[in-house]
Amino acid sequence: MPVRPTAALLPALLVAATLTACGGGSGSDPDTVRVSFKQSTDNSVKVMDTYLADIKKQFEKAHPGKKVELVPIKAPDSEYYTKLQQMLRSPKTAPDLVYEDTFLINSDITSGYLKPLDPYLAKWPDWNRFIDTAKAAAKGEDGKTYGVPDGTDTRGLWFSKDIFAKAGLPADWQPKTWNDVLDAARTIKKKVPGVIPLNVYTGKPVGEAATMQTFEMLLYGTTDGGTDPLYDKASKKWIAGGQGFEDALSFVETVYEEKLGPDVSDALDPNVMTRVRGEWLPQGELGIALDGSWLPQDWLPGSGHEWPEWSRVLGLAAMPTQHGQAPGKVSMSGGWTWSIPAKAANPDLAFDFIRTMQTKANAQKWYIANSGIAVREDVAEDPAYAGAQPGIKFFTDLVAATHYRPAYPAYPKVSTAIQEAMESVTTGDASVEEATSAYTDALKDATDNQVVER
Amino acid sequence: MTATAPHPRLTKAPTDPHRARGPRLPVRLLPLAPAVVLLLLFLAGPIAYCGYIAFTDLQLTGQAQESFVGLDNFTRAFGDEEFLNAVWLTLVFTVLSSLIGQNTLGLALAALMRRASKPVRTLTGGIVVTAWVLPEVVAGFLLYAFFRREGTLNAILDWLHLPSQNWLFTLPILAVSFANVWRGTAFSMLVYSAALNEIPKEITEAAEVDGAGGWRRMWHVTLPMIRRSIGTNLMLNTLQTLSVFGLIWVMTRGGPGGRSQTLPLFMYEQAFQNSLIGYGTAVALLLLLVGSLFSLVYLRLLRTEV
Repeated sequence: MPVRPTAALLPALLVAATLTACGGGSGSDPDTVRVSFKQSTDNSVKVMDTYLADIKKQFEKAHPGKKVELVPIKAPDSEYYTKLQQMLRSPKTAPDLVYEDTFLINSDITSGYLKPLDPYLAKWPDWNRFIDTAKAAAKGEDGKTYGVPDGTDTRGLWFSKDIFAKAGLPADWQPKTWNDVLDAARTIKKKVPGVIPLNVYTGKPVGEAATMQTFEMLLYGTTDGGTDPLYDKASKKWIAGGQGFEDALSFVETVYEEKLGPDVSDALDPNVMTRVRGEWLPQGELGIALDGSWLPQDWLPGSGHEWPEWSRVLGLAAMPTQHGQAPGKVSMSGGWTWSIPAKAANPDLAFDFIRTMQTKANAQKWYIANSGIAVREDVAEDPAYAGAQPGIKFFTDLVAATHYRPAYPAYPKVSTAIQEAMESVTTGDASVEEATSAYTDALKDATDNQVVER
Repeated sequence: MTATAPHPRLTKAPTDPHRARGPRLPVRLLPLAPAVVLLLLFLAGPIAYCGYIAFTDLQLTGQAQESFVGLDNFTRAFGDEEFLNAVWLTLVFTVLSSLIGQNTLGLALAALMRRASKPVRTLTGGIVVTAWVLPEVVAGFLLYAFFRREGTLNAILDWLHLPSQNWLFTLPILAVSFANVWRGTAFSMLVYSAALNEIPKEITEAAEVDGAGGWRRMWHVTLPMIRRSIGTNLMLNTLQTLSVFGLIWVMTRGGPGGRSQTLPLFMYEQAFQNSLIGYGTAVALLLLLVGSLFSLVYLRLLRTEV
């Protein structure tokens, strides 16, 4: 069959043209701020979308001629990070503003994905309103700040007043030491059969929740409240498993060995977090839960599993330190920050957008809408905020005793090593000593041997 | 399966070099160009890029600049207990669910359905194929619900007064293997149904007249005749099973304690949870190697002539 060269070339040319066109899209329009954020995978949850749409309107009104383009990324947490990191690698895809989890922000800083905000913050009076621990959350190892936090979270003990009444425990329970917590659980086990006395997350299936909601809540309660038991800032090294680490693991071991927690197979079910919030607590099957401040988000009207009575049924207590040593209570905090990518086309405009989001009124609106905990003193002190929802005041007061994770680049791997140690004592595969030394080995591996004994 | 008689034009080509070579050849190949360009761009390109990344310490985040590390990722893998555990589990999973489960069950179903009445055939086929067309994640959730402690399987066992247990916890690799059999048998069944239909009736009838019973007919007549289909089916099944991710992820996340963590899950954990793209890619290449080893074995088995 005779073939005219032009006819054959045409499709090839078309393909080439299409491919070039694909690569041509860029966000370099000087009048548009492109804002990337994590959209809920649950279609009925529109909290962030609604809030940002409102800010967009305010911003465009105050900045005539400028436009905001919202770029939602609809994905669960881990996939969101992956997608975002891929976008940040290239100036063609990098947005002007991104929503970053403090869990990973230091990794992205080390990668050079983000821009230091210090020059902007120096000229922004509101920055002084942010509490110090929150300011530190988005600080890189170089001492520069790379993000503006839009709230935080804290953790504590939730307990069922019904189950406590049946067990003869007080409705205004506040344990002073770890033993008080375990004793309450033992009492429930003895007097109220058929319920789970105490839930603490454990093992790899639940991931970071096991590390943060359980292990670090314990570990940070073994020190004096000021020293970081995981990471030594002075030498920039990670701390090998020591006495505090073993004590925290022993707590987990005790819970599962004495059958004070859920059945081990349930505890290691990847969906256990949903069960705690959706089944065990609302159905009165769980005595005490060590969990986060965000639980009521799931019980709000319109969430599909409303439970407005929770504030009557559940009590709240701060997690005590190991022996009740000062400051008496412990909490961990995380949260998200707004950051400007190093490859952003319009960083100045992006910071203006942050300023619009972080006026006192807008910040307050956001904390209340997403059950967040204020990181601005002026909002935390405002009665309109503290009274907006039951529990808000309790969890906001914990901010004084809270810790942020040493979220340096190796942290995700360190966290996995912690989960493995927890899992092995939970299943009884290893003793506390064995699990601790396995942790130290894994830690050396994960951090290129940047480990110090203490 | 047609016999491959030598093509007349190909045999003639060497006698007339001008027809095959010379200035006309590039023009003749031109229509292939778009396909070749596309293949190079979207298939060979990423594979070559993966090959390169596997020899670097590239991370998704937490690193300013990646560097070339040679064979480090590979030596690291073979010294990594979790990797070896994943290789072992991958083999168990593949042998249990693909070689034994999907393959045998598919053949059995196909053979039985030939003798069944039309309604039974349609119904069985429908059910089996439904399991196959369900998205992997949906199938994963269904089987999670089946195996979990308060799940259907335990309800049935309770009803039969048999001891129940949390299958996903006690025997995770068996549970996910079963899930894969449940989901993937339809493919084998369809392949074997087609192959069995190709066997000429006369041969089976002749064997029957010669006095061969059901089993002997199966062993000496049917199986040798569908040998090629068996090989193809095994190869496709194995390759598909080796890369199963969603099903296991939904049911167990590779747990508990890594007891159902096959290579794809291990790879995902390294690449996207620990951000070690370089290491994860090296593991992916090793998985490719496992797949090609299986394929080689099947190809060898197929080579002996009837």
